[in-house]
Amino acid sequence: MGTEDKSVPRLLTGNEAVALAAIEAGARFFAGYPITPSSEIAETLSRELPKVGGVFIQMEDEIAAMSAIIGASLAGARTLTATSGPGFSLKQEAIGYACETEVPCVVVNVMRGGPSTGMPTLPAQGDVMQAKWGTHGDHPAIVLCPERIDDAWELTIRAFNIAEKFRTPVILLLDEIVGHLTEKLVLPLKKQPKLFDLPQNVSKEGYLPYRFDGEYPPPLIPVGQGVPYHVTGLLHDETGFPTNDPDLAERNARWLVDKVENHKDELADVELDEVDGCDILVFAYGGCARSARGAVRMAREKGLKVGLFKPRTLWPFPEKELQEAAKTAKRVVVAEMNLGQMAHEVEWALGRSIPVELHSKLGGEPILPTEILATIEGRD
Amino acid sequence: MSQRYEIRLSGAGGQGLILAGKILAEAAAIYENKNATQSQSYGPEARGGASRSEVIISDGDIDFPKASALDLLLCLTQEACDKYVGDLKADGLLIIDSRFVKDIPEGTFRITRADISKIAEEKVGRSVVANMVALGVIVAATRIVLPDSAERAISGRVPRGTEELNVKAFRLGLQAVNGK
Repeated sequence: MGTEDKSVPRLLTGNEAVALAAIEAGARFFAGYPITPSSEIAETLSRELPKVGGVFIQMEDEIAAMSAIIGASLAGARTLTATSGPGFSLKQEAIGYACETEVPCVVVNVMRGGPSTGMPTLPAQGDVMQAKWGTHGDHPAIVLCPERIDDAWELTIRAFNIAEKFRTPVILLLDEIVGHLTEKLVLPLKKQPKLFDLPQNVSKEGYLPYRFDGEYPPPLIPVGQGVPYHVTGLLHDETGFPTNDPDLAERNARWLVDKVENHKDELADVELDEVDGCDILVFAYGGCARSARGAVRMAREKGLKVGLFKPRTLWPFPEKELQEAAKTAKRVVVAEMNLGQMAHEVEWALGRSIPVELHSKLGGEPILPTEILATIEGRD
Repeated sequence: MSQRYEIRLSGAGGQGLILAGKILAEAAAIYENKNATQSQSYGPEARGGASRSEVIISDGDIDFPKASALDLLLCLTQEACDKYVGDLKADGLLIIDSRFVKDIPEGTFRITRADISKIAEEKVGRSVVANMVALGVIVAATRIVLPDSAERAISGRVPRGTEELNVKAFRLGLQAVNGK
């Protein structure tokens, strides 16, 4: 298992696929602190990054790891870190710093049972809201969530593309089911993602690294290339220097969020399965989508008209796509391994016009297809 | 409707069941071009504690990757057998290490008893390869993959320099069933 022989089908875990796809996407710097169930990402990159001239650093803790990838990114490298719940909590302050300083990077969180040390080896989806709101203050959130190994490969590459284009951290949110599941990866994918090329020849003349008026942020000129600029977690003007000017400060804060929210259509990424004319719409993501597929298939065999809505971008929430898919639905079933973090969002997106029923499971065992089927049939 | 074959390898942490599961899945998915998934459930301990490794082999897509109606259950400990035997299909196959599983629950399932750990210790001289002996027993008893596919997968997955030792253990597992 290595970076060579890409066309030969390989049997990999989701975590290994993320690590190898990151290299494929041009990542050349990883800093992290190993934690179950994400450790195989660090393990794989520690072996594979040096082969392509990349750098792997095991830092003293998760906060330092997050800070290191921000520094490496400012120096021009494509960077990532990987962690799980407790480490994701520790990284939050620095994630906010990357949002405010508009530094692109990819943060992988392979979710395990929480809160606190929780259940290290077992799956959960309890960090869905943390991935959006974990760091303080209004800030942008882009969160991608794979279900299968091909998803994991594709979304890793997409995460790097989005991070560069929007100059913001992108969270790649896996759960233990997807991170640890070993399955076959056949490359190239049917939908092989193209790498985003940074606009070349960015003018160094009058370079404003923090312009608020473009459609997207200007590409970051790496430090050390003769274009000095100021980098700070304080609200700042377009040069990067701190400001207490209320107008400039508000423009800075709004820009961070608007640059993402104004491109919701571009970021929306959903997989639909027979949603046209459905009576019941099942909403599931990550490892739970696999359970939901089984449930939906069984329900159809019983003659029910059931559609499946699987968001691959969790944030920004694809509300327009959901409204469209739920047009004919009389009920919506949300299956997730938390106490309803997405179910509330679904309810809100649909304006409480359709009953939303939550099938929730904690405790570390995945939701069984038959359990979701029971909710679809209204038996539980 | 596609054929779905559900396997659970169970025992204690540190017995190499996760590796055995990956090898079985790789033999099916890479060398025989079927679909296969392997997943696991284990505790936070490095050794000891209950461990299980699950393999689904199918000629169709595999959505839910966990085993719930087992076609095959391997038990290397009595505890695992007591805990999981209820998940076996009525016509499923139970494979046990005859040294550690003495008390076999009643059922309509078929049973293969093999001296898995004993063969590893006495004929290979390394108890650590009991997982490969078990793999040989499984392949001989089920023919779920060809022995050759399993051997290629073993050689690709085990630590370099130990291929021969592991393949030897696998072949002794095959013989333990075929020889009878």
